[in-house]
Amino acid sequence: MLLGPSLTVSAVLFALGVAGVLVRRNAIVIFMCVELMLNAVNLTFVALAQDLGVGGQIFVFFVMAVAAAEAAVGLAIMLAIYRHRQTVDLRNINLLKG
Amino acid sequence: MSPTLIIFWAFAGLAMASALLCITRQNPVASALWLVVTLFSIAALFVLLDAQFIAVLQVLVYAGAIMVLFLFVIMLLNLGRGGPSDIKGPLGLGVAVLLAGLMLVQLLGMHPGGSTPALAPSVMARATAEQGMIPAVARPLFSVYLVPFEITSVLLLAAIVGAVVLAKRKL
Repeated sequence: MLLGPSLTVSAVLFALGVAGVLVRRNAIVIFMCVELMLNAVNLTFVALAQDLGVGGQIFVFFVMAVAAAEAAVGLAIMLAIYRHRQTVDLRNINLLKG
Repeated sequence: MSPTLIIFWAFAGLAMASALLCITRQNPVASALWLVVTLFSIAALFVLLDAQFIAVLQVLVYAGAIMVLFLFVIMLLNLGRGGPSDIKGPLGLGVAVLLAGLMLVQLLGMHPGGSTPALAPSVMARATAEQGMIPAVARPLFSVYLVPFEITSVLLLAAIVGAVVLAKRKL
């Protein structure tokens, strides 16, 4: 019953996450937007698992584990960058820019 | 409109509104707190979608552990204070909204949308009723998906070591 609405909400949340990544310049906020996109996809998995079996929910479990690992390592990288450049603003992290 | 659908849209609206606030607030702490609201609302949606165990995990792991980590780093780096806005100018904003809008149209075009009448209890609702809330997820997790589950522990170990190495001042 809730499959259609869930997929709609998931699409909106994912698009909001994409917009956040494109609009913001603060690396930590961009990181939070990536988490938002992961959650939108989790919602899709859970919505489809309702009728297609428990596999979708188990995949969400693994997505959460990967997200936790990614958050820990990503934030450690931010700490290292901040220690190096005293900022997490992407305008100042442009070593690879031509 | 059934009561379930009303509750669903209430939490869905809350999730979408707080996600929008999350990407528009200039203060990273405010962004993080609005994201916590979004994650809680998504947990409520999980309950409505017969995924009670995943909903509890969502609150514990996402709203609890991951967002505390984010807030901790924001405060450690002292980013909460005001400063020049980190939101892009009109051109960047326009391009971003255009691209995100295109993506939304694409994603919405992939499924019919709209709610269909519930004909019978869903597969997950039946499994939960037969086996219980947690066994329905735990049994396949520790049988069919045992190898991925064990590999996850290696991933987490690698993440722990990586985070310590990266965050350490001097090796």
